[in-house]
Amino acid sequence: MDTHAQAEASAARPVLEGPDIARVLTRIAHEIVERAKGADDVVLLGIPTRGVFLAQRLAAKLEQITERRIPCGSLDITMYRDDLRMHPPRALARTEIPGDGIDGRLVVLVDDVLFSGRTIRAALDALNDIGRPRAVQLAVLVDRGHRELPIRADYVGKNLPTSLRETVKVQLAEEDGRDTVLLGAKPAAQGGHQH
Amino acid sequence: MSKILIRGAKVLGGEPQDVLIDGETIAEVGTGLSAEGAEVVEAGGKVLLPGLVDLHTHLREPGREDSETVLTGTRAAASGGYTAVFAMANTFPVADTAGVVEQVWRLGREHGYCDVRPIGAVTVGLQGRKLAELGAMHESAAGVTVFSDDGKCVDDAVIMRRALEYVKAFGGVVAQHAQEPRLTEGAQMNEGVVSAELGLGGWPAVAEESIIARDVLLADHVGSRVHICHLSTAGSVEIVRWAKSRGIQVTAEVTPHHLLLTDELVRTYNPVYKVNPPLRTERDVHALREALADGTIDIVATDHAPHPHEDKDCEWAAAAMGMVGLETALSVVQETMVDTGLLDWAGVADRMSFKPAQIGQATGHGRPVSAGEPANLTLVDTAYRGPVDPAGFASRSRNTPYEGRELPGRVTHTWLRGKATLVDGKLT
Amino acid sequence: MQRHLISAADLTRDDAVLILDTAEEMARVADRPIKKLPTLRGRTVVNLFFEDSTRTRISFEAAEKRLSADVINFSAKGSSVSKGESLKDTAQTLEAMGVDAVVIRHSASGAPYRLATSGWIDAVVINAGDGTHQHPTQSLLDAFTLRRRLIGPDAGLGQDLSGKRVTIVGDVLHSRVARSNVDLLHTLGAEVTLVAPPTLLPVGVETWPCEVSYDLDAALPKCDAVMMLRVQRERMNAAFFPTEREYSRRYGLDADRMAKLPEHAIVMHPGPMVRGMEITAEVADSGRCTAVEQVANGVSIRMAVLYLLLGGNEPAVTHSRTEEK
Repeated sequence: MDTHAQAEASAARPVLEGPDIARVLTRIAHEIVERAKGADDVVLLGIPTRGVFLAQRLAAKLEQITERRIPCGSLDITMYRDDLRMHPPRALARTEIPGDGIDGRLVVLVDDVLFSGRTIRAALDALNDIGRPRAVQLAVLVDRGHRELPIRADYVGKNLPTSLRETVKVQLAEEDGRDTVLLGAKPAAQGGHQH
Repeated sequence: MSKILIRGAKVLGGEPQDVLIDGETIAEVGTGLSAEGAEVVEAGGKVLLPGLVDLHTHLREPGREDSETVLTGTRAAASGGYTAVFAMANTFPVADTAGVVEQVWRLGREHGYCDVRPIGAVTVGLQGRKLAELGAMHESAAGVTVFSDDGKCVDDAVIMRRALEYVKAFGGVVAQHAQEPRLTEGAQMNEGVVSAELGLGGWPAVAEESIIARDVLLADHVGSRVHICHLSTAGSVEIVRWAKSRGIQVTAEVTPHHLLLTDELVRTYNPVYKVNPPLRTERDVHALREALADGTIDIVATDHAPHPHEDKDCEWAAAAMGMVGLETALSVVQETMVDTGLLDWAGVADRMSFKPAQIGQATGHGRPVSAGEPANLTLVDTAYRGPVDPAGFASRSRNTPYEGRELPGRVTHTWLRGKATLVDGKLT
Repeated sequence: MQRHLISAADLTRDDAVLILDTAEEMARVADRPIKKLPTLRGRTVVNLFFEDSTRTRISFEAAEKRLSADVINFSAKGSSVSKGESLKDTAQTLEAMGVDAVVIRHSASGAPYRLATSGWIDAVVINAGDGTHQHPTQSLLDAFTLRRRLIGPDAGLGQDLSGKRVTIVGDVLHSRVARSNVDLLHTLGAEVTLVAPPTLLPVGVETWPCEVSYDLDAALPKCDAVMMLRVQRERMNAAFFPTEREYSRRYGLDADRMAKLPEHAIVMHPGPMVRGMEITAEVADSGRCTAVEQVANGVSIRMAVLYLLLGGNEPAVTHSRTEEK
């Protein structure tokens, strides 16, 4: 993180702290078990980068609850984005589909922030090229609104009404050294991990 | 004819003097000459040189009038300060008969911008097998004294020996394009570090040097004189230096581009830098400059080689070899030889007028700037410095490697036997 | 990255690693039921081949199609080029049809460079081999093969080839593959040794960032990979070497020589192989020879290059993994 980003982060206001994040993930895990009737055929696919860590944490919680192994992987949506032509090409992240595949299963996509919905649209396209799930559901840590596509989340950690002039920044221990969700003002320059 | 007074010109770079032209000749050289009845040209400290003589020009007519004609080529010559050019024989048809050389000579006379001295081919069709009618070309109206297969090397040692011997009968000279053909099959550029990286066929220095070595030994053996065209390598300089020290009758020329440019430029793959012989290395450039300064290389010759745009606007391998040079030669020589302190303006007059006229026996050219001499003169603004703009060339072709490059010196006036061919940088 | 891919020498270490890492992800697409990505939908790529090379053309075409680009194949044979149309005219004609990228193969060294720099066209230019100059995607796929085999597909991510020793054997003089590999492998930190008869090494090779040797047997025990270059029989007639037999005895790779390689070392060949000349059938068909793997890796590398040059609004930047939504 550069000093510029640090300055922003310090100006931003935390809306979820470490214990809050752990609590909402536990709740989402229980909701998945409940709605998926025991989560027999659930496959968790995290969207890189932070969605993957959230998926792994959810999988661990589901395994505690169900005492079974929960398949968990990652789904990189870079090549399916609809804004590719608006930026330089991005480095690709890993798509890792669990061994038994996704055909006929309940795939739960996991991401950190739900915003325009375009990422999820791309993820649905990517899934289409990989297999045919029985159903696809979506779990997000934060839903900040402002949808641009008819997409909604099945499991939401926190609904966070925001203005378009604000940014939502998720930090996770695996990537950023600590767990927090920050609400801040939009910086003049574009970049970083703000949502 | 009227009188012209050139006032305050540095004759051969010396103290400012006045030069009075009366008709076709120089009437007087001195200070405070009377301007009465004369048109006055204020030289204002410009350098006055004898009209330049180019021993190596391609005028392309007949056959390739799309790239140059005798008219456009001699206009380019006048723009560059030349009053005589030797036109190479590789036209279509080849200048290997009295008919072709007379045609070229006559066109030059008719246009009147610059004397054209045709060069005759050594062998029929430049094929290197059978001697052309050298005597007939000499006896024609064109009075050919220089013979060359330029563009191709007279590589057969026996043919070269015979040619060297044969022209002795009428005092001719053979100008050799030194390029061993087998060593340069598929050659695209100087063979060395750059060609290795670029993957372009290498043109080894030894292909030039081995022919020069052979030919100076042949000239020595048969007691003839030989002229070496566009010498381009440090090794060639050493061979010529050795030959001269032995008393062998050899003269040599260097082109302006070989005095300035190196094969590093080929990294651009821009065919404007494709030329025969190829651009060599920094080390060669310095050896050539020193050799021109110490007289090992006798003259500067342009190897003015016009090509139409499409022959250069393509990939390297498909491009034609050659550069135009008449209109930039003096600037490049000032940049590389005068401004570096290697040669003074008297030296430039020697290398670009006196000596080439002497080698080519161009009567009336390459004479001192003094009373009674033909008024073949050129006036140079040596203080000028600016970028080369090919759009302003008089030549029909624009294939210059200097586009946009800042060079010193600008020819403002040229007089051919008292008649102005260039005034204030504009052709008459 | 630069806008075009003309020479392996133009790639920085980070550019090259980014391409290899991207190719690693592309390789995984080949294992999926639908081997296709929508990334270059609506982009048109022309394969402009002035020189026959079915292998390279097919590899590029497969890569382009897997990325959903529209593909136009243009072969100089039987076209207006054989009637004297120039490279410039051909390129401008294609661009007028709305081509976004030109993959060019040409027998003249520097033709892709001319195409990219002369202002004739605006399209992205990718060099698919020019004369005896460069073949950058070949060197990238070779580096990719080396990294996968010597370090591992996953362990290799983000890694270069520091400390790996690669011996390149054969007709270096006429080889664009050798030139590209010397440049790229050096950039990636590998130590390269060229082995060839002196007649098949260019004057000036001493300035290249590699070692040069005339002795294959001395080089083999010290290397992690040996790359055999194709030697054309025509070279024999131009006196580059006396006979085929003498060449293969001194510079060919047979089973005895292969046995001198360290246990882990691999044998590479850019293809097409001249069996019996630079490589024996026994070596070519052995498990240590990666020739077939190199072909598969070629598609992944070309997908990566196409994505990084054409996938966005400008060439890829090495550092960013931005995640705006």
